[in-house]
Amino acid sequence: MPTVAPLDLDGHVVAAAFLGDVPFFATASGAIHRLDHGEKVTEAHDGLLACIRDEASGTLITGGEDGKVQRIAADGTATLLAEVPRKWISIVAAGPQGAVGFAEGRTARVRLADGTIKEFAESRSVEGIAFAPKGLRIGVARYNGASLHWVAMAGQPVDLEWKGAHTGITFSPDGRFVVTSMQENALHGWKLDTKPGAETRHMRMTGYPAKVKSLSWSVKGKWLASSGAPAAIVWPFSAKDGPMGKPPLELGTRADVMVTCVACHPAEEVVAIGYSDGMVLAARFADSREVLLRRPGKGAVTSLAWSGNGKLLAFASEAGDCGVIDLAG
Amino acid sequence: MTETALPKPIPVTVLTGYLGAGKTTLLNRILTDNHGKKYAVIVNEFGEIGIDNDLIVESDEEIYEMNNGCICCTVRGDLIRVVEGLMRRPGRFDAIIVETTGLADPVPVAQTFFMDDDVRQKTELDAVVALVDAKHLPLRLKDSREAEDQIAFADVVLINKTDLVSPEELARIEATVRVINPSARIHRTTRSEIDLSKVLDQGAFNLERALENDPHFLDHDHPDHVCGPDCGHDHHHHGHDHDHDHHHHDHDHHHHDHDHDHDHHHHDHGVSPIHDVTVQSISLRGGEMNPDRFFPWIQKITQTDGPNILRLKGIIAFAGDDERYVVQGVHMIVEGDHQRAWKDGETRESRLVFIGRDLDREKIERTFKACEAQKA
Repeated sequence: MPTVAPLDLDGHVVAAAFLGDVPFFATASGAIHRLDHGEKVTEAHDGLLACIRDEASGTLITGGEDGKVQRIAADGTATLLAEVPRKWISIVAAGPQGAVGFAEGRTARVRLADGTIKEFAESRSVEGIAFAPKGLRIGVARYNGASLHWVAMAGQPVDLEWKGAHTGITFSPDGRFVVTSMQENALHGWKLDTKPGAETRHMRMTGYPAKVKSLSWSVKGKWLASSGAPAAIVWPFSAKDGPMGKPPLELGTRADVMVTCVACHPAEEVVAIGYSDGMVLAARFADSREVLLRRPGKGAVTSLAWSGNGKLLAFASEAGDCGVIDLAG
Repeated sequence: MTETALPKPIPVTVLTGYLGAGKTTLLNRILTDNHGKKYAVIVNEFGEIGIDNDLIVESDEEIYEMNNGCICCTVRGDLIRVVEGLMRRPGRFDAIIVETTGLADPVPVAQTFFMDDDVRQKTELDAVVALVDAKHLPLRLKDSREAEDQIAFADVVLINKTDLVSPEELARIEATVRVINPSARIHRTTRSEIDLSKVLDQGAFNLERALENDPHFLDHDHPDHVCGPDCGHDHHHHGHDHDHDHHHHDHDHHHHDHDHDHDHHHHDHGVSPIHDVTVQSISLRGGEMNPDRFFPWIQKITQTDGPNILRLKGIIAFAGDDERYVVQGVHMIVEGDHQRAWKDGETRESRLVFIGRDLDREKIERTFKACEAQKA
């Protein structure tokens, strides 16, 4: 039976993440709490807007209302990577070779490990950044599509067009697909490995009753799990054409409670599902079997993160009631 | 496990007005006045706000057309992101103010608060306040459609810089504003000086409050609608008996009597001839309505004429219904709800005003009338 070790923080918690076996919780006020032989705190920002884990370096990358981009090490040390005074940094991304992406307004930036900053101007606001799994390349979500830029080379971006506002972006782990979330309760996908000159292959993933705010690729990128419905919507991506013409799995369906967060297990075809009432379930793709991990709490689940070995699951909530679930019990 | 009560939505005031109309001065007043409230302010540029306030957020105006086949459904994408960020720490402020650029169309800002579920859940559009530069309004109306849109869309209009114009000019400016928007509350100011209780916390979009606060809604002679000292108060039939593309003349009672100017396209009234008003308003009055006819009617009219409708507001009396029904809309978005019981002695009539462009007055009046319940 899974056990829950609660951690009650003040206010909205933006993200939960593991660095090694230590869970981190980043609050909207800017304090980052970690449970490392007791609770420890790093004051990283005056207002924190974004926090993600940099897989390559085992650190966190954060952006804030103070215009700062920080790297938070496993021991809690914060290093200032970049600063855009008076701008909100609500979009950050981690790339290979120590590269970090961030954006404000219509400019996407990539800071390389040596401190050089490359700028990519878009004609409309940058709503999301993701690094491609291979090569130093970013995808930028924007109005009417996405742009793919090689970071090191000056040149025209590859423009992926689809009408509407694209608010988030992710590459499949094998680099064959790029998927955006949209303002209009839908996902849009492009197949990137089509032959040069061939017609663009679009994937429309619709039917969500709410905006999709959480996306997670399963082990080896075979599935893409998403929030935005009263179930986790899990699209199959292992076939050549991805989910085209295929229905998604619907896991952890509840009558009138929305899924707000999803996180696929690092090794198994299992997804952790967080709901608007704070409940957390795990569901297995193969047979849709569910395990209750946490009963409803005070607020919607904002973030879920598995430890590297997949035995611990950290969760954060918008009401501050966070915790770590030990699946072994 | 305890359920937390849903927090009260944070009111949002939208401040529009041409460059130089006095928005920054008003903002500074709001931020420095000793009213005991804290405001988060979303501006396009920090510009001249010389106030040290860490809740002033600069945001690039970013208009997104919604990909839902409705050409007039637009939202401010940047606001969605900023409001989401602000609302994660709601204890810091009591209300949000959005200042738009001088040329901004107020519609996408307002629609953001209706169209985006997250924003809608946590905030509530309080009022759209337009500042008008008394001196330059005639010129603005000549060279831009935005100035007119801002007035047409507003719930509260501040005619500012009144010290720079003569009483006659001021009366004419006010009459022009009134023609563009018969349901707005108008206040005259100099240096944006105004009792902030007339600007903030208006509840103009709140169906419960909108008409409660404005009992004489659509009665153009109620005291909130400040008139000039020499104003003839000849407002009652305005908007009812004309059908043409100029609608300001029926207020220009200094120079015209209002019976002569049907279908004329250019008239000269001295100092600042304002013949660039393209917005019209249609004020409808009827008896008790049949809901089975009224709802399909309002749906249809907002679907077909939505792009031309800037605002609509009304109180509907339904036959056999003991409560007043209030309705309001922005383009194709319409909302309605029961407000309160009809009071004893209150006339049970239906009133509705449309503000927009290229509206077919005859058709709207006729089809509205056709929704009336059959008299027994």
